[in-house]
Amino acid sequence: MSDAKAVADRLAKVKRLNALLTPLKDLRKSLTAQSAAARPTGVLYGMPVAVKDNICTLEFTTSCGSRILEGYRSPYDATAVAKLKAAGALIAGKTNCDEFAMGSSTEHSAYGRVLHPFDKARVPGGSSGGSAALVAAGAVPAALGSETGGSVRQPASFCGVVGIKPTYGRVSRYGLVAFGSSLDQIGVFGRSVHDAARVVSVISGRDARDATCEDRDPLRLPTVPESLQGFVIGLPREYFPPELDPAVRRACERAVRVMKEQGAAVREVSLPHTPYAVPTYYVIAPAEASSNLARYDGVRYGPRFNGSADLRALYRSTRGQGFGPEVRRRVLVGTYVLSSGYYDAYYRRAQQMRALIAQDFRNVFDRGVDLLFTPTTPSPAFKAGEKLYDPVAMYLSDIFTVTANLAGLPAMSLPIGRVKGLPIGGQFIGQAFLEDEMLEAAYALERVVPATDEA
Amino acid sequence: MTWETVIGLETHVQLRTRSKMFCGCSAAFGAPPNTQVCPVCLGLPGALPVPNGAAIGLAVRGALALGCTVHPRSVFARKNYFYPDLPKGYQISQFDQPLATQGALSFLSPERGVVTATIVRLHIEEDAGKSIHDRFAKATAVDLNRSGVPLIEIVGGPDLRSPAEARAYLQTLKQLLEYIGISDCDMEKGSLRVDANVSIRRAGDSALNTRTEVKNINAFSFVEKALSVERDRQIALVESGGSVTQQTMLYDSKENTVRPQRSKEESHDYRYFPEPDLPPLVLTPEFVAEQQSALPELPAAKRDRFMASYALSREHATVVTSSRAVAEYYEGVVRAGAEPQAAANWVMTEALADAKDHQEQLRVTPDALAKIVALVKGGTLSNQAAKRVFTEVAAKGGDPRTIAESLGVIQVADTNVVAGWVTDVLGAHASEVGRYKNGETKLMSFFVGQVMRASKGKADPKLAQRVLEEKLAS
Repeated sequence: MSDAKAVADRLAKVKRLNALLTPLKDLRKSLTAQSAAARPTGVLYGMPVAVKDNICTLEFTTSCGSRILEGYRSPYDATAVAKLKAAGALIAGKTNCDEFAMGSSTEHSAYGRVLHPFDKARVPGGSSGGSAALVAAGAVPAALGSETGGSVRQPASFCGVVGIKPTYGRVSRYGLVAFGSSLDQIGVFGRSVHDAARVVSVISGRDARDATCEDRDPLRLPTVPESLQGFVIGLPREYFPPELDPAVRRACERAVRVMKEQGAAVREVSLPHTPYAVPTYYVIAPAEASSNLARYDGVRYGPRFNGSADLRALYRSTRGQGFGPEVRRRVLVGTYVLSSGYYDAYYRRAQQMRALIAQDFRNVFDRGVDLLFTPTTPSPAFKAGEKLYDPVAMYLSDIFTVTANLAGLPAMSLPIGRVKGLPIGGQFIGQAFLEDEMLEAAYALERVVPATDEA
Repeated sequence: MTWETVIGLETHVQLRTRSKMFCGCSAAFGAPPNTQVCPVCLGLPGALPVPNGAAIGLAVRGALALGCTVHPRSVFARKNYFYPDLPKGYQISQFDQPLATQGALSFLSPERGVVTATIVRLHIEEDAGKSIHDRFAKATAVDLNRSGVPLIEIVGGPDLRSPAEARAYLQTLKQLLEYIGISDCDMEKGSLRVDANVSIRRAGDSALNTRTEVKNINAFSFVEKALSVERDRQIALVESGGSVTQQTMLYDSKENTVRPQRSKEESHDYRYFPEPDLPPLVLTPEFVAEQQSALPELPAAKRDRFMASYALSREHATVVTSSRAVAEYYEGVVRAGAEPQAAANWVMTEALADAKDHQEQLRVTPDALAKIVALVKGGTLSNQAAKRVFTEVAAKGGDPRTIAESLGVIQVADTNVVAGWVTDVLGAHASEVGRYKNGETKLMSFFVGQVMRASKGKADPKLAQRVLEEKLAS
C-alpha cells in the first residue's frame, strides 16, 4: 500500500520519458480521491496501476494516443478497470501508446514518442510503450497494456519487465478501444511475474458485456514450483532463424540450459506456417481496424476539424487530420482487403492461414509439449527513427509475437539477460486457458535466470 | 407487346422486444430523441455488442412460421458504410450465413388465385438511428433511440407478377407476423418497411431482366402505387428503345413518382465480413423446438380448419381469420352457442364495423353476441332490433335481453296483438287493400312495413305477414 502522494511523486520523477499522458496535477488530485475511496479489503489495495490510453476510464481522458480522440472522456470504466478498482487498486494515470495501438515503437503517438528508460535514443517498443517504460522505470509496480500482435510482450522485452497476454477470452475487452477485435486482448506489465500475474487474475473472468469473453472463473494463481520437473518445453525451430541477433540467441540458450537444470524436458518442435504469420496478421488486423475505426467521424464525439459544412468534407477533414499516417495506412489496407473483388484473395485466404497457424500449435501441444519457449523479439530495443519510415521492418519486429494473437493463445515475455545494458526477453507460449502452467514455468525461470546479466 | 412484371420484396420487420438487439436500452417507440441510448448503441469507443436472446427467439419463430430451414449455426457480419445515423460506421447484420433460408408464403393473388412465393432468406440485424432533415434549418438532427433496435429482414423471391400481387403478399406476410406476435408491423411507426426489386420482361420469357430497387415506400397504401409507377416507367423506357439500368429508385408519395437515388446516396461496397465481436450464433435443437411450440395456429391453418369445422366459405373463413384477435373472438361466439354461419355474419359485419370505429376493440363480448344471435334465431328480436341491441351493448355493456326489453324491441309473437295492428293498418289503407285484392300482391311488403311501423318494430314480421295474408284473403 502506497499513499497517493508517493505514487504521484514517483510518476513525476520519470516525466522526461513522456510515458504518462495524464497531467500530473490531475493525477495527484485523482489519486487522492481514489485513495480515500479504495476498498481496504481488496486484494490489490493501494496498488497503483497505470492504464494504457486505449482502455476506457472514468478518470482521465481516453485518447488512444490520437488527435481524433483528444480530450475524450469515457462515460464508463472498462470492465478490467472496474475490476481493478473493486480490488482496491489505484488508477495511476493513462499511458502513452502508438495511436490506436498501431505500432511497435510508441513513435506513432500524436502526443510524442516515449523514451526507452535505459537509453533515451531508443524506443521502449510498442504499442504499449508508455506502460512498459513506467514499470521498467520503477514508477509503478504494474500497468495495463493491450495486445493485438505483441504490443505487451514486445515492449516488455525491450524494457526488461514481465508482460503477460492472457488467452483470448480470458479478460473482458469491454472498454478496450477496438483495433483488431478478434486479436485484441488486455495484457499486464509487472516488475515481477507475480506482480503481473496477480493483476491478470484480478481483471480476468466472465463479463456479460463481452460476448467473446469466456464464461470462466478468474484465473487462479499457481504456487511457485520447486522445479520444472515434469514440464515438456518445445523450442520451435522457426523462432530461431539464422539472422537472429546473436546476443538474443545466447540469452535464449542460457535460459534453456537453466530450465533443463531445473528438470524440464526440452524438445525442438516445428510450427511450419510461422513464415506466413506476419502477412496474415497484416491483412486481418487492418481489415478489422478499418471497420472499428469507422466510428471516428467527427459526428458524435472528439474534435471536428474544419470543413464540416458538407458531410463528405466533415469525414474527410476529421479523419484526414485526426488520424496519423500509420493509422491511415492501415485503414487503407484494411478497406482494400475487404473490398468486393479482393476479399477472397486477401481476407478469406488470411483467415484460412490463421486456421493453419492455430493448427500448428495444436499439433505441437497434442504431442505432449506443455509450453513453447522462444525469443520475444528478434533483437533488443532499436533506435528511435530507425524503422519509422520502413513499415515492413517495423512490422517484422512482431514476428515472434503475432502468432499467439492469431491463435488466441496465452503468452508472456520475461527478462532473460542483457546486451550492452539493453534487456532481452524470452517468451513462453502456452495452451489456451492454461495460463497457470505458463506462470508456473515463468516463476521457476524467473528465480534462476540471470535476467540482468550480459548474455 | 405484353409485358410481365416481376417483383420481389425485401421486408424489414421490427421485433417486439423490450430491449434493443445488442444492449439493454428500451426499444420502445416515441421517446424523446436520444433518451434510450447507452455506450453500446451510441457506438462509443470500447463498447461491445451482446445479443438479445429474446430477439433471437422471435426471429426463429418468424422463420419457422414461414417454413424456413433454421440453421443451427449462423454468423453475424458487419455491413460497413458511413452515415451520421449509423454510429459505429457499420451495421451488425448477417450476410453469407443467415439465420434461415428457403421458406414459402402462400397468399391469394387477385389475378392468379393461390400463389406460393419463395422466401429466399431471413436474417437478424440491428436498425440504424434516424436522420431528421426537416427539424432544424440548415442542419440534420440525429436521433439514436432507434439505433440497435432488433430487426429481421425477410427476402422474398422474384415471384410476384403485379403491384396488386405484391400488396397481397405483403398483407399476408403482415398478417402472419402479427398472428405469431413477433412484431407490431406498423408501417407508419417504421416497424414494417418494405423495399421492392422490380423488373419487366416479355410475357412468356423466363429469364430475369435488369431490376431496380424501389425504396421509400413508407405506407401500406403506397405499395401498389409505387410499384405501378416504376413498372410503367420501365415499360415506357423499354418501349421507346431504352434499357433499364440497375439503380435505386426513391418513391415520392406526394407526387406519386419515382426518382433515381443520387449517386452519392448510392449503396457502395459494404465490405461485409464476419463480426469479430460476436461468436457464431449457435441454436440448439431444444431452443428451436421451444420456439416452434410457442407458435400459435397459423392463419392459413386456421382458415382451413374454420372451413372444415364451421362449414364457412373460403371467403368468410378468410375474413374471420384476418387477425388472431378476430379469429379467437369468432370461436368464442361459436363456443358460447351461436350457430357458426350466423356468428360469422355478425362478426364480419357488425362486430368488425364497430371495432373499426373503436381502435380495433371488439366491444361486445363473445357471450353477449352469442345471446343476440340466439335472440334473433328464436324470433325474439328482428334483425333490425338486434342491431340496435348490439350497438347498445357495445356502448354500455350489459345483458342483451335486458337491453332489448328496456329498448322495447322484443318481437311480439302474440297473434291477437299482431292482429290488432293488422286491423288498424288495413283500415287506414283501404285503397291499397283494393289494389291488392285486384292482384297487386307486391303490396304485401308495404303492408308488412306498415305493421312494423305501427308496432314500432316489435311485431314479428313473419307472423305479421301470415295474419295479413289471412285477413286479405277473407
